[in-house]
Amino acid sequence: MAFDLSAIGSQFLVGLSRSMILFIVTAGLSFVLGVLRVPNIAHGSLYMIGAFSAFSITKLVPGAEGFWLALVLAPLVVAAVSFIAERALFCHLYQREHLMLLLFTFALSLILGDLVKITWGAEYKSIMAPKLFDGSVSIFGASIPKYNFFLLLIGPLVAVGLWLFTSKTKLGKIARAAAVDREMVGAVGINVSWVFAFAFVFGCFMAGLGGALMAPTISITLGMDHNLIIEGFLIVTIGGLGNMWGALVGSLIFGLTQAFGVLFWPQFAIVFPYTAVVIVLLLRPRGILKSVW
Amino acid sequence: MLKSLSLKSVLFFAVLLVLLLILPPVLPRFYTYILTLIFVTALLAMSLNMVVGHGGMFQFHHGVFYGVGAYAFALLLFKAHMPLWFGFMAAPVIAAFAGFLIGWFCVRLTSLYFAMLQISLGSLLWAIVFRWYALTNGDDGIHGVPLPSFLSSVSNAYYFILFFFVLCLVVMYLIHRSPFGMTLQAIRDNPARCSAVGINVRRHQLMAIVIATFFAGVAGVLFVVLEKSVFPDLLFWVLSLEIFIMCLLGGWFTFAGPILGAAITVALRTFVGIYTEYWTLILGVLLILLIFFLPEGVMGFLVQKFGKARHREGAPARG
Repeated sequence: MAFDLSAIGSQFLVGLSRSMILFIVTAGLSFVLGVLRVPNIAHGSLYMIGAFSAFSITKLVPGAEGFWLALVLAPLVVAAVSFIAERALFCHLYQREHLMLLLFTFALSLILGDLVKITWGAEYKSIMAPKLFDGSVSIFGASIPKYNFFLLLIGPLVAVGLWLFTSKTKLGKIARAAAVDREMVGAVGINVSWVFAFAFVFGCFMAGLGGALMAPTISITLGMDHNLIIEGFLIVTIGGLGNMWGALVGSLIFGLTQAFGVLFWPQFAIVFPYTAVVIVLLLRPRGILKSVW
Repeated sequence: MLKSLSLKSVLFFAVLLVLLLILPPVLPRFYTYILTLIFVTALLAMSLNMVVGHGGMFQFHHGVFYGVGAYAFALLLFKAHMPLWFGFMAAPVIAAFAGFLIGWFCVRLTSLYFAMLQISLGSLLWAIVFRWYALTNGDDGIHGVPLPSFLSSVSNAYYFILFFFVLCLVVMYLIHRSPFGMTLQAIRDNPARCSAVGINVRRHQLMAIVIATFFAGVAGVLFVVLEKSVFPDLLFWVLSLEIFIMCLLGGWFTFAGPILGAAITVALRTFVGIYTEYWTLILGVLLILLIFFLPEGVMGFLVQKFGKARHREGAPARG
């Protein structure tokens, strides 16, 4: 094969940086899945809203400040949207069968998808990363864009933050307890409905953060929700439903197989991660790491 | 077998059929087309309901088999220049074979894992169809599938599709009422007990998937007969969820519910689509209303309200 090592190396790094975004998004998905036991189909739409909000914020506040502001505010916008949806509608369904909750999130994704179209229109949008991230850096002879390098730093930071949050704070512990045994959590006098609300909003916040981080690397369009959510589900499934580290492992598998697919067989690059998922599911149907279910 | 149908309902269906037979010359062409589209979609929804409503499996990517049937038919005619009858026979079999392959892996798992494995296997097929330009023309799809001239007019296509739609419905009803169909519903309601009395649960489930995907393949063929084109969106998971909603809308636990669901969805999409481009917004709102107020679907609600107790075919599993 005529691939030189630096091409492989930089493709590896690009794949790794994409995995980081996938991880941030799917960690949120996995969190909701773990606590509420609902595969949130609207997660992709919230990710899309994150990207579009980031676009609007950078339009309002030009320059580097706008970008950093977008990274902070866009996830909060998404969290607000999901909070409204949860308290107004979703929280009344917790007693119903599982399928209804799933279909509710699908209905929500349909509605949010069209609301995005109404608010932002159907044209392609794009965001420029701050000047700071122009150009590329080279690591061991492989060069990657500076922005991807930034993502490589952000990913582990978020992972550590999530770990600290879920294992060291009271709220995180309550959420984890609710994932394992919700009756017990209720029995010790904690309002489970609000724990669910918090988990849902927190998961959606992560979707918004992922969308805002992703925005400078892609063209922001309608339909980005559909592509993402299916990848997200597969990632959390192969990782182990509800397991946050599983989301990390799944994201790495997905992002890296996709990146190497681009290198080896560009036309069918999209087939590689799906094949990897099928292989994992055949070998370990319940995912690589332990599911919280 | 048909004795379970009351005289009243036989009469009702006979009148409905006669009405459908005399409609095309009277109706404007556009309405005939919509009706035909409803038949195709209804057949697809019915085939899904065999697995979901009666089988209790999370068949989340049923659209794939619809797409496989449509693509197989289109490719056989367009690329291999096979005669119509051969394509018509082969395409559903190919769809059923795809159903067998995917189902063989899926029935090993349950609930959400079943759904996820099916979505990943289905997405794999979608990705191949989407990317394999040399064979499938990728996202351009195939347009102008060569069909015999007698199918070129909408009203002829209408009669052709209506014939196969009714034929499939009768066969599906017979399967639904057969010992196999009854066993399947028993498995849905209590898999552990069925397994304990010696029923091979997985084999029955796989069989149901193969039969259902065969009918999905027929629906795919009929889609091509109507539209003369195929495109990768037929295999995309959004369509799969839409048919899922049709089953819910009409009523899971009734036999004919999905027809109603498909009719409502197609009609709404067409007529709402004339006034607004935000059709999915309306579908989403409708779905939420449905979840809150009519969880057993329109047909389920009607049956509950007006039907006699014997018509209730199964209580929904409350979880």
